[in-house]
Amino acid sequence: MAVNLEAGWREASIAGTVFEAGNSVEYLTGTWRSSRPVRDTEACTHCMICWVYCPDSIILVENSKVIGFDYDHCKGCGICAAECPVKVKVHAITGRPGKVIQMVPEVVGNE
Amino acid sequence: MAKSKITALDGAHAVAEAMRQINPDVVAAYPITPQTAIVQTFSTFVADGLVDTEFVAVESEHAAMSTCIGASTAGGRVMTATASAGLALMWEVVYIASSLHLPIVMPVVNRALSAPLNIHCDHSDSMGTRDAGWIQLYSENPQEAYDNVIQAVRIAERLLLPVMVMQDGFITGHGVERVEVLDDGAVKGFIGEYKPKHSLLDVDNPATYGSWDMYDFYFEHKRQQTDKLSKAMPVIVGVGEEYGQLTGRQYGIFETHGMEDAEMAIVVLSSASGTARMVVRELREKGIKIGLIKPRVFRPFPAQEFAEALANVKAVGVLDRSIVFGAMNGDGPGPIYLELCAALFAAGNTKTRVADYVFGLGGRDIIPAHIEQVAQDLAEIAETGEVKNPVSYLGLRE
Repeated sequence: MAVNLEAGWREASIAGTVFEAGNSVEYLTGTWRSSRPVRDTEACTHCMICWVYCPDSIILVENSKVIGFDYDHCKGCGICAAECPVKVKVHAITGRPGKVIQMVPEVVGNE
Repeated sequence: MAKSKITALDGAHAVAEAMRQINPDVVAAYPITPQTAIVQTFSTFVADGLVDTEFVAVESEHAAMSTCIGASTAGGRVMTATASAGLALMWEVVYIASSLHLPIVMPVVNRALSAPLNIHCDHSDSMGTRDAGWIQLYSENPQEAYDNVIQAVRIAERLLLPVMVMQDGFITGHGVERVEVLDDGAVKGFIGEYKPKHSLLDVDNPATYGSWDMYDFYFEHKRQQTDKLSKAMPVIVGVGEEYGQLTGRQYGIFETHGMEDAEMAIVVLSSASGTARMVVRELREKGIKIGLIKPRVFRPFPAQEFAEALANVKAVGVLDRSIVFGAMNGDGPGPIYLELCAALFAAGNTKTRVADYVFGLGGRDIIPAHIEQVAQDLAEIAETGEVKNPVSYLGLRE
């Protein structure tokens, strides 16, 4: 399934046709991001609104609980932060009033 | 040899007849003068139930080629036809068809590009797409247009590359001539069945065509295209030989007349080669060592074959029915001249002199006297080794 990113033109799939369904998971599109969503895990109600709205399916869910973001594929569009309905007075990560999900600038080494 | 019927057809109707016999799965086309007769005639065949083709009457040529691309990725045998502004409007997707390695066959009835508005023949339209990665075959008369379209199906599907088949607008497209039309069964047998290796409609093996392709792979995919085109000529020649066995009409890279001991040569595409051939024969009878090369395959350009054919020729007159505006200090020679000069130079031939003659723009007639004038120039060039005018014009009012 894995695409050989080092393939020469002889080995590369003709015209870039993709024969492995769903292989975009291997293409790390998160490197484009200029800002990333961060979540106040204590205040989060797990209402799943972010999961519904995310256009790239990067809200990670386990046992009906949001457990984090797939930063390898999150493009930083900010839709989750805009749609998040739960307000906080002081966000656990940013320290700002606003919503449970807030956007912060992407910086090198930011984890 | 297969049975055939002698009929009187113009080039457009001959191509429509070939399309009826090919019976493509999908034809998506938009009418444009002088190609209209192809699409109009073929749509009549569809309406009369003579073909099984899904005919898509699209709203533009851009849509026509886009539809062909969709149908071809879906695994169908697909054709369209166009001319002039239609091909220009199609330009973006013309590249996509070749980049996706789709075996689409497209007859083009050559017509000038605007402005000023003109519906008559020159080669500006198809020459504008000469870098687009398609195979290009040029036809002298209705018979060649018919024969080339049938061979194009085989060439396209063998190589998985799209093929354009040109004929001259009105001169060939609307000029009725004797055409030998093969039996339907012979055409069916020759083209065979198209079995695509991959298909968009194969839901058990899903695939994505035309996907996102950045600096990490795009370059490799372009190299794949040049690789295929560089290996296309033997396939084109092979199909031409097989077609020759079927019909008695042999097709190769180019057709030559009197080139064996020629000191001078004329190179010209399509219908004007008939006029040139007549003049060359007359000059030969007078003992003048002149020959004719009529290229059939322009893409891929047969550089090596040209270099070999012209190795001992002193002077070559190229007749170009289009201008590469701005080329060569802005003198604007035609594309055949440029390709030919490059071919000779690359082969290390610095002896053969080449002069370009732009002719026939917007349907301007070319007559035997023009060819005789070229022959006179070539005699002088052969003697002096000097080309006074790299680019001149035939039939232009000074």
